[in-house]
Amino acid sequence: MQFELFDLAPLLVILPVIGLLVNILIGDRVGERGIGWIASLAAGLTFVVSLLLFFALQGHHEGATVPFLEWIRIGEFNVGWNFRVDTLSNTMMLVVSGVGTLIHIYAAGYMHYDVRYKGDPHSYKRFFIYLNLFIAAMMILVSADNYLMLFVGWEGVGLCSFLLIGFWFTKNPDGTDGHSNSNAAKKAFIANRVGDFGFLMGMFTMFWAFGSLNFGDVLGHGAVEHVSEGTILAITLFFLLGVAGKSAQIPLYVWLPDAMAGPTPVSALIHAATMVTAGVYLVARSAPLFHASHTAELFVMFTGAGTALFAATIAVAQNDIKKVLAYSTVSQLGFMVAAVGMGAFVAGMFHLVTHAFFKALLFLGSGSVILAVERGHHPLEGDGGHDDHHEDEHHDDDHHEVFDPQDMRNMGGLRKIIPTTYRVYLIGSLALAGIPIFAGFFSKDEILADAFLESQPVYWILTVAAFLTAFYMGRQVLMVFFGKPRTHAAEEAKESPPSMTIPLMILAFLSIFGGLINIPVIHPLTDWIEHTLGHDLVHATKFNWQVAIVSTLLALIAIGISWLIYGRKEIDASQPDPLQRALGPIFIGMRNKWYVDEIYGFLIIRPYERLSSFLAHQVDWTFWHDWFHDSGIAAGFRGLANFLANPVDLGVIDGIANGLARATKGSASALRLLQTGFVRNYALMVFLGVVAILSFLIFR
Amino acid sequence: MIEFNPLDLLNTLPILVLVSWACALLMVNVFVPRQGKGLMVLLTALGLAVTLILSIFQAGTQTEAFKGMLAIDDFTVYMNVFILASSLVALAISHDYMQRMGLARGEYYVLMLFSVAGMMLMASAADLIVVFLALELLSIPLYVLSAFARPQVESEEAGLKYFLLGAFASGFLVYGIALVYGATGQTNLIQIFAAAEAGVETPAFLLVGAGLILVGLGFKVAAAPFHMWTPDVYQGAPTTVTAFMAVGAKAGGFAALLRVFIAAFPAISVDLAPVLAAVAAATLVIGNVVAVAQSNIKRLFAYSSISHAGFILMAFVAFGQDGLFEDTIASVLFYLVTFAIASFGSWAIVIMLERKEGRGLDLQDYAGLGRKYPALALAMAVFMFSFTGVPPTLGFAAKLFVFRVVIEGGYYWLAIVGVVTSVVSAYYYLRLIIIMYMQDGDPQVRGETWLNLATAATAVATVLLFFFSTPLFEWAAEAGFLWF
Amino acid sequence: MLTGYIPIAILLILSVGLGVLVIVLGGLFGPKRPSKRKSAAYESGMQPIGPGTRRLPVRFYMVAVLFILFDIEVLFFLPWAVAFRDLGLYGLIAMIVFNIPIIVGFIYEWKKGALEWE
Repeated sequence: MQFELFDLAPLLVILPVIGLLVNILIGDRVGERGIGWIASLAAGLTFVVSLLLFFALQGHHEGATVPFLEWIRIGEFNVGWNFRVDTLSNTMMLVVSGVGTLIHIYAAGYMHYDVRYKGDPHSYKRFFIYLNLFIAAMMILVSADNYLMLFVGWEGVGLCSFLLIGFWFTKNPDGTDGHSNSNAAKKAFIANRVGDFGFLMGMFTMFWAFGSLNFGDVLGHGAVEHVSEGTILAITLFFLLGVAGKSAQIPLYVWLPDAMAGPTPVSALIHAATMVTAGVYLVARSAPLFHASHTAELFVMFTGAGTALFAATIAVAQNDIKKVLAYSTVSQLGFMVAAVGMGAFVAGMFHLVTHAFFKALLFLGSGSVILAVERGHHPLEGDGGHDDHHEDEHHDDDHHEVFDPQDMRNMGGLRKIIPTTYRVYLIGSLALAGIPIFAGFFSKDEILADAFLESQPVYWILTVAAFLTAFYMGRQVLMVFFGKPRTHAAEEAKESPPSMTIPLMILAFLSIFGGLINIPVIHPLTDWIEHTLGHDLVHATKFNWQVAIVSTLLALIAIGISWLIYGRKEIDASQPDPLQRALGPIFIGMRNKWYVDEIYGFLIIRPYERLSSFLAHQVDWTFWHDWFHDSGIAAGFRGLANFLANPVDLGVIDGIANGLARATKGSASALRLLQTGFVRNYALMVFLGVVAILSFLIFR
Repeated sequence: MIEFNPLDLLNTLPILVLVSWACALLMVNVFVPRQGKGLMVLLTALGLAVTLILSIFQAGTQTEAFKGMLAIDDFTVYMNVFILASSLVALAISHDYMQRMGLARGEYYVLMLFSVAGMMLMASAADLIVVFLALELLSIPLYVLSAFARPQVESEEAGLKYFLLGAFASGFLVYGIALVYGATGQTNLIQIFAAAEAGVETPAFLLVGAGLILVGLGFKVAAAPFHMWTPDVYQGAPTTVTAFMAVGAKAGGFAALLRVFIAAFPAISVDLAPVLAAVAAATLVIGNVVAVAQSNIKRLFAYSSISHAGFILMAFVAFGQDGLFEDTIASVLFYLVTFAIASFGSWAIVIMLERKEGRGLDLQDYAGLGRKYPALALAMAVFMFSFTGVPPTLGFAAKLFVFRVVIEGGYYWLAIVGVVTSVVSAYYYLRLIIIMYMQDGDPQVRGETWLNLATAATAVATVLLFFFSTPLFEWAAEAGFLWF
Repeated sequence: MLTGYIPIAILLILSVGLGVLVIVLGGLFGPKRPSKRKSAAYESGMQPIGPGTRRLPVRFYMVAVLFILFDIEVLFFLPWAVAFRDLGLYGLIAMIVFNIPIIVGFIYEWKKGALEWE
């Protein structure tokens, strides 16, 4: 067999692994610049491989499966490390490695400052090792040929997410010492474990029903017809739980906003552009399954739509620049999930791609803003100007005990101070708000157009969510960039270095023109993905003028309202949010995220902790060891001893009555000291077990 | 007139060599005065290594010895190699510890050798009498070893408790053997099988006998509700003994369970399956749920060990179904190896952190390990991931094989219990990782060449072998019985 | 089928009857001069009441364990001796093998001083 371009597929995983190994081995010697180069190069080469695969697909639209290693084979059960290259997986590869490379380059600049503000420059290497590891795991996820391999990648990206959220694990998000970051990491991991449980159960059910986990056997032509609809429903609903965990949908979305504890490039790469979209990819990949059950589609659709609206309401009232974007991400993921749920797989994937562009842009832009404000607050050496203003002095600084560089109330007027960041940020915001010609407009509009045909309620929910999106983005841009600087730090803010701004400009370019990949009338992406999903599941959505005009008008109105509230007058940093007056208690609910975390704590976490401590302390210790021993056995024994000692022995012997009481008491306490009663307890337990087993065997 | 068959001696050579070696070492211990501290260790390692080589040479043998009392087949060889290799690791991690704790007495090694001989005998027992004999030979040295840190009350208490309850459980085993004999008139496994297939007069005797044998062996492997000794004994015994016992006693117990149930009781497997399923589920639930509230690392691992017994039992439930017994054997053996590797590794780390008078055993003593000793913490994390069953660690493959047998056997509810409890287990394994990496502390670690080596080797094996799961599993699947 | 147990039943009845008879006869004809010491519970000369965890010298246990060990050895010897001719050389070798561990153990405890009383 001659060499084909497809055979390069394993390099997708091998290259980032080589990158991280090189950094582990020689990272300490090559310095920060070298580490950044090595990691970025590994990511960049991965992107080149993805591109080569893209060209290979031009000739062979049907794609190819590249066998690499035999992994598990037990009887009929056969799972291999095979790489699946087709138009769907290649789309993901390009997005992940492309956006990933840009973020690597950006992070090389960003982390230079971040590690110094956190006072631990040695972590620089660790960060890029994790980042390369993430690329490798994500590539396994998207290039898998079977659900088990997909699951390995799924767990792998979860692990990287855990490691990177808790990257500054000894600190709180504001830089003080504490456990907030590590708690956020734990929360993300546990929420994802719940989702993984769903994924696992789905896989078990799938194996039981199909006898295989390979995409070809399960999703192949006609395979689903041999399986009852109830079973399909079970599989898809289990998968939906997995999707809710990974892609942050109701009810498991709570981890994503907390995940912003990680460094900003992580938020951009993992928690906005790539990992969280894995759930959307899973549904698109399993399209034949979801398509086979109308009920499942309804569930997915309403979960997505509900999440889109719910998260958008919360985003309206946040003051932390990254929290707004986090809830926005949850909301936009809701859009994608709703799209794939209603069968508009292409629209979902389309939005996934454009969202990766503009949300990565927004996160990286917010990172640039935060860094600028932080550098304005206390400059590092070499920043110029305030060289005598050293880091250890800022604790007894004049007016700030704890300064939060992420709080939008501390910003304002940055338009003039950091113009490059301002321009790209504005482009990202317009794309997210869905203003025509920007990428977000086309993808969001395609979802809305599909929803308009598919389900009116969902269309209206999503339209309201889109309205809120435009409003909170308008609010954010106005609070951050317009008006006058509200703090000293904002006045002194500094523009970021080119290694950060150049990736931002590339992403800005993509956010403007990214909509072209599925421009109405021609629909290139639709044709592209149709090669994989087949003609039955893919349809080109006609551009709907009515929907487009309504949503554009609503977006413009929303931006106008936000200007009326936040842009017209100067707002003071300490003044309550103007919206609070208008909305009252609703605003308080929004600001406190509708108290979902507290409800979960009350309903699930505390009862669970109580149950386990009850089992351990009450049942195992207090009941078995203390109560049962003291009251049951020891007291019984003591009673018997008393009976024997007092009426029986005492009746026989007189005169030693005084010594008797002491002797009984002494033997009881000696008994407790020797703890022999415990052994009796254990033996009794063994005996009860024997009785139970034997009575079952005899009276069965 | 009984005929003497010299081949019997050849076939049982590994055990004979080991027992003679142990006797000889006992003499060395009393007759060689002022021996160098390493002499006994060296000789013990030599004996184990020689036995290991002899066992490997037996690969491929399919025969029996002493009129069918012992079976020498691939299963025996697999178990022997596993047990002997484990003992070598146990020896490697105990040398420094015994010196440090002031417990370096020669009897330790002799007792260990005797117990190993018992485990090997257990693996080749083809007669219920030999099963009982092997069980006692395995257990009695362990009772003594548990109390080896003698002036310490905890250790004495552990030894006494283990002894009393062990004797209690042995009683059930003997009673079970007697009832089986009463029902079939046989103690030889293969003849019991034949008698049971042909039908017995009083099936209840056979059933109850099998149930009681399950109790006796279930006690050894720490299955609920016969598990209650485990935390106390694991906590009280010297840590190296605990490590040895956690793997060895479990291996011996499961070897006997496999051999006895699969060889003798397939005819009544339908009746036994619900009992096994219930025991497995109870073990899983108790082990995992109670582990959540532990703060002492030895108690935590004790409950963890209980829960892994539950997982292995899960694979065992469907042993009687057609065409499944091979997978049952293979997945149990595979899981045992997985458990042993991660177990020895984590115990080695516990040993490094332990200080005199039981200090250094609290979970909080592990705070800051990730910062101060990154390699050690990484190894511990690998073991915890393997225990949880997260890829890419061997534990994931082991759980996968077990679940597969359970599902093919049709016990979906049991598989669900297994998945749910392994999710619960993630909580407490993860907690240790979080304490290591995310809390500040100043852990005191006493490293030593052999300890470091054992830790590194097990950690690497846990990850590396994951990628060779299939060949390993197939190797385990070849460990068939003489009679099949 | 239970006829085989008749002698045992007779033995039981006889021994219980004899015990009762002796006590009754003693009670009827014996002189009764009770004292404090005489009416105390009989415990083979031990104090009937006291702390249950009184310490005994460990030697008692050593001797008891050794006694049981050799006792059991003898118990094995007896049936072997009876069947000695039938077992032949094989039996002899087996018995020698059986004795080796016991002898090893014996030497061990001797050297450890378990047999010294002082």
